[in-house]
Amino acid sequence: MGDNIVTESFSETHRAAATPIVIVGHVDHGKSSLIGRLLYDTDSLQDGKLAQIVESSRKRGLAVEWSFLLDSLQIERDQGVTVDSTRIPFRLGSREFVIVDAPGHRQFLRNMITGAADAEAAVLVVDAKEGAQEQTRRHAMLLRLIGIRHVIVLLNKSDLLEFDEAKIVKVESDVRQLLGRLEIEVEAVVPASARDGDNIASRSERSLWYKGPTLVEALANVPPPASRAALPFRMPVQDVYRFDGIRYVAGRIERGTVRAGDRLSIGAQGQVATVAEVCRWHAPELPVAGAGESIALRLEPDLVPDRGDLLFPADDKAAAPERSARIRTRLFWLRGEPLRVGESFTLRLTTAEHDVTVASIDAVVDLEDLTLREGDSVPPDGFAEITLAASHAVLFDPFSPGFGDGRGVLVDRYQRIVGGAPLIGPAELADGEHAIHPTASRVSAARQVQARGHKSGVFWLTGLPGSGKSTVARAAELALSEQAVNATVLDGDTLRAGLCSDLGFSPEDRHENIRRAAHVAKILAESGQVVIVALVSPLQSDRAQARQIVGENFHEVFVDTPLETCEKRDPKGLYAAARSGKIPEFTGISAPYEAPVSPELRLPADRPEQEAINTLTAFILRIVQP
Amino acid sequence: MTQTRILSREQSTTGTASSLAQPRIMDDLDQLEAQSIFILREAYRKLKPLSLLWSLGKDSNVMVWLARKAFMGRVPFPVMHVDTEKKFPEMYAFRDEYTKKWDLDLLLGYCPPVEEIDPSLPPAARSAARKTAGLAAMIDKHKLRGVIAGIRRDEQATRAKERVFSPRGAGHRWDVRNQPPEFWDQYATPYEDGMHIRVHPLLSWREIDIWRYIEREGIPLVDLYFAKDGKRYRSLGDQDITNPIESNASTVAEVIAELETSRTSERAGRAMDHESEDVFERLRVAGYL
Repeated sequence: MGDNIVTESFSETHRAAATPIVIVGHVDHGKSSLIGRLLYDTDSLQDGKLAQIVESSRKRGLAVEWSFLLDSLQIERDQGVTVDSTRIPFRLGSREFVIVDAPGHRQFLRNMITGAADAEAAVLVVDAKEGAQEQTRRHAMLLRLIGIRHVIVLLNKSDLLEFDEAKIVKVESDVRQLLGRLEIEVEAVVPASARDGDNIASRSERSLWYKGPTLVEALANVPPPASRAALPFRMPVQDVYRFDGIRYVAGRIERGTVRAGDRLSIGAQGQVATVAEVCRWHAPELPVAGAGESIALRLEPDLVPDRGDLLFPADDKAAAPERSARIRTRLFWLRGEPLRVGESFTLRLTTAEHDVTVASIDAVVDLEDLTLREGDSVPPDGFAEITLAASHAVLFDPFSPGFGDGRGVLVDRYQRIVGGAPLIGPAELADGEHAIHPTASRVSAARQVQARGHKSGVFWLTGLPGSGKSTVARAAELALSEQAVNATVLDGDTLRAGLCSDLGFSPEDRHENIRRAAHVAKILAESGQVVIVALVSPLQSDRAQARQIVGENFHEVFVDTPLETCEKRDPKGLYAAARSGKIPEFTGISAPYEAPVSPELRLPADRPEQEAINTLTAFILRIVQP
Repeated sequence: MTQTRILSREQSTTGTASSLAQPRIMDDLDQLEAQSIFILREAYRKLKPLSLLWSLGKDSNVMVWLARKAFMGRVPFPVMHVDTEKKFPEMYAFRDEYTKKWDLDLLLGYCPPVEEIDPSLPPAARSAARKTAGLAAMIDKHKLRGVIAGIRRDEQATRAKERVFSPRGAGHRWDVRNQPPEFWDQYATPYEDGMHIRVHPLLSWREIDIWRYIEREGIPLVDLYFAKDGKRYRSLGDQDITNPIESNASTVAEVIAELETSRTSERAGRAMDHESEDVFERLRVAGYL
């Protein structure tokens, strides 16, 4: 700490951080236009920007489009939609704001969350004529889940209703009712026209009946963030350093205040240490630090906490966090495939990481009317309440808007963020319920690839009986082993001889057979293995379920041998038996076979068998070779 | 008024004697600083090997400073200068001086000759693309998993689309349309062979924040940023593609005063930004900062 410390300038007048506001709403309800108008009306445009917009609009043969201000990427402008969130600063009087623009297209939900999650207030733009639409409901739901406390509704394009009081009051009441269901308090509902500037920065002549604030007035009324310094102390350990023989416990204070001399509990193990020093570099020396500061602590005794351990007051039971291995959460689901019970993830909670399994899906949000209903899966971009089971007790504070605590994030084995999970509270185990605690592998996919020299994958061969699935699969297995790729074949008869010997050929049993095969394939693939499944699997729905169980590692291969060829070959004499009625419900004869519509690979029968083997082997190699 | 209210609430709810020291109320720079420290500590914990790109400009000096804040006065990973060999002599002198003063572990890399660069790019952009190639070579050579870079959202529209942790796929490409979600300070760290992550601790800072922080902390800068004979540099690139602006601001305080009234963009002096509408994005997708 050799450098001189500058102290004088710290006494300057306090300058507050800019207030982030997010603008959300259904596509084409006018978000980008609103931002352009806001910047223009508040004189926040850089020189040359306006000329750029005029030029861009002219080049595309359009009247001046405010939204071009934001569509800064070529690809976006050509498609006419905003792809990602951007941030634009603007100023109202002495107060600074940052606008986060979030896109309206539903496939871009994750970008919207990226932009919106830290906002202090939101403007929900609703087309006055169209009213709340699907994305209006979706975005409102999200505002609640990410905990945005101040919501202003802008009824845009009110000129289309001629600013008629009766009509606008009707739309306003509908929107208020919708948001009321989400327990969102609305700060103001402003009838406006972004294009013409009514009630944005200046009061409209066209809505003299309206006595509420303009948008700019409503924004200026958003209170500054509440202080977190008075709450019980919480600091999750971010890292532990040892520099020049001194150990530093580094982290950012989520709540409360810490002082030299405070006694702190460390994580779930409950060790206790005293704060010997609050350490900073090149800053005024203060024996105290408050919420929001990134600091380092020296502890006495000199314990070595783990990353993720929560530090909290040791001597005040009332100030302790919740502790539970089962946690109820709200969920917004960002993965492309649905979420099902039994899936395992890492739950990230500030800097902590916990292995968790989805123990139950308690309710799924119906986005038509925002009601909760029962469901056994959460669709992509869906919302739900779920219970997570961890392998050990987790210390946490339930989520509440405006605080950093309790903001769980689910991460898959590829270290990708697949969902946000604000924590509601501990979950009780229901009477007679079996507490299942599946565990997840701690070996990362990358490490497996390193160890094995190839990636994993499930190659699901479907086709009529006698189409050659098993033959091709076994030959590919051999060819792959010559390339040092470990492959396992799961074929129908082999499974039925053991794992599935209790099953017959009824539709239910066939379904169960496929379900088991898919789970075994999944387990093998998760261990890094290449799996070739050779099963008739005649129904589209069963194969779709297998794909869901296995996940994105699933590759459908259609062994497309026509019925006549299969029946002519009839290696096991099954077709003959089926024709004579000895086998009921035989696929292709007396039970349906639904050919795949768009398999990832098709092996046609009009080629020599060796070619099919080569094609399949090459296909697998292309996918699994790193 | 707000401040007084918050303070008195703290005192009443904790019920402790008023003689106890109270935490400072964080202003905007304190908040930006705390966030950047958090990001740098995440990068150091999660990405190894890690290196910080030190372009010798004001932003990267602030970044080195923030790293010293995060790690109690030292930078516990190497800093990297990818040299175009066309920088101003003042910049090389600055590099040598502060490598010693700040006890930095400096990795030096050089850029390939311009003849090896995509000839379809306009001339200044082609020159900038040399840097991308030089950087790519350094990332491969040192097998870097993490590269800390000082870009800011307010510099350029394409940079406004960035994540704090921005994964680069094989060939160092930026997939702008398929970026991972990033919220609640949780950063994605996907990994496959050949990937690395660009870490952007200054993403939320604005140009004026940088200058105010430089003033508050007393961070040294190359003096090309200060006016001589009515001209100064607002942004420093290669000598042949950076132009000075008209200015009389010869101290940090005067630069801040100038920026408070300025309405032109910071990169106005960078030739490549003006060559065609999509050139910056083309460069960035290929790995330019």
